[in-house]
Amino acid sequence: MSAPARVTPSVAQTTSRTPRGTLYRGNEGMWSWVLHRITGVAIFFFLLVHILDTALIRVAPDAYDAVMSSYKNPIMGLGETVLVAAIVYHAYNGLRIIAVDLWSWATRHQRQLWWAVLILWAVTVGGFAARHLPIVFSSFGGAH
Amino acid sequence: MTADTLAAPRSTAPRAKGANLEKWGWVYMRVSGVLLVVLIFGHLFTNLMVGDGIHGINFGFVAGKLADPLWQWWDVAMLWLALIHGANGMRTIINDYVTNAKVRTTLVWALWIVAGLLILLGTLVVFTFDPCIPNLSPDSVLSEICKAS
Repeated sequence: MSAPARVTPSVAQTTSRTPRGTLYRGNEGMWSWVLHRITGVAIFFFLLVHILDTALIRVAPDAYDAVMSSYKNPIMGLGETVLVAAIVYHAYNGLRIIAVDLWSWATRHQRQLWWAVLILWAVTVGGFAARHLPIVFSSFGGAH
Repeated sequence: MTADTLAAPRSTAPRAKGANLEKWGWVYMRVSGVLLVVLIFGHLFTNLMVGDGIHGINFGFVAGKLADPLWQWWDVAMLWLALIHGANGMRTIINDYVTNAKVRTTLVWALWIVAGLLILLGTLVVFTFDPCIPNLSPDSVLSEICKAS
């Protein structure tokens, strides 16, 4: 005798405000995916800009240095910290996705693994910010 | 289209013969993802965490790095792996949200053309870079080295 089929929720149920009977809506699984997508798009657009600004190294030293100086003001410094936060999330959650895909223990514990990702993310980004932000703000006011 | 008209998750999808590109895309995202964690964390550490951090980044700093074949290959590997990884991720997003088939095809084509051009540009910059370009300023750390050659 075959195992009883999992009850398939109706369309109304899966599109209701309180999700029922779906693996993907709500909770850690959905939010890990939403953040992975948003950080991925942000990193992609930075990468396009970053290839172009680095290409100026082939044009002239002054052109490259002029663009680099714009990365050194405090507002951009905060932006760089947000960028690194996005990269670190995408990196750690990406490793979690690989583990969840390939390792049944990780599939069963994907929820706990996401919280582990967030803790490691906070530690890594905290460490980065503790080094990067003082460097950025040390020259605030003109001294280099 | 409602969920009622979609095939059940376990129904076998009819697929054209030949290489399963979507599977290789799936494999590529994972393999390149692991490599990129190492490459990008190394890139961020050497450029932003050691020495003067972001204040140390200028023409001389990059010229010094690109004089070393290790960093040339590091940067080129990052460029190819990251841009293809990013473009394939953007393709997934386009496929998810753009319902018009013509618009979808156009956007995916535009995406790969832009990715291809930027990969070409970046690779040329890394391998044709010459620190001794004519308008090097006299107070550059490279001026002595460049006079010698």
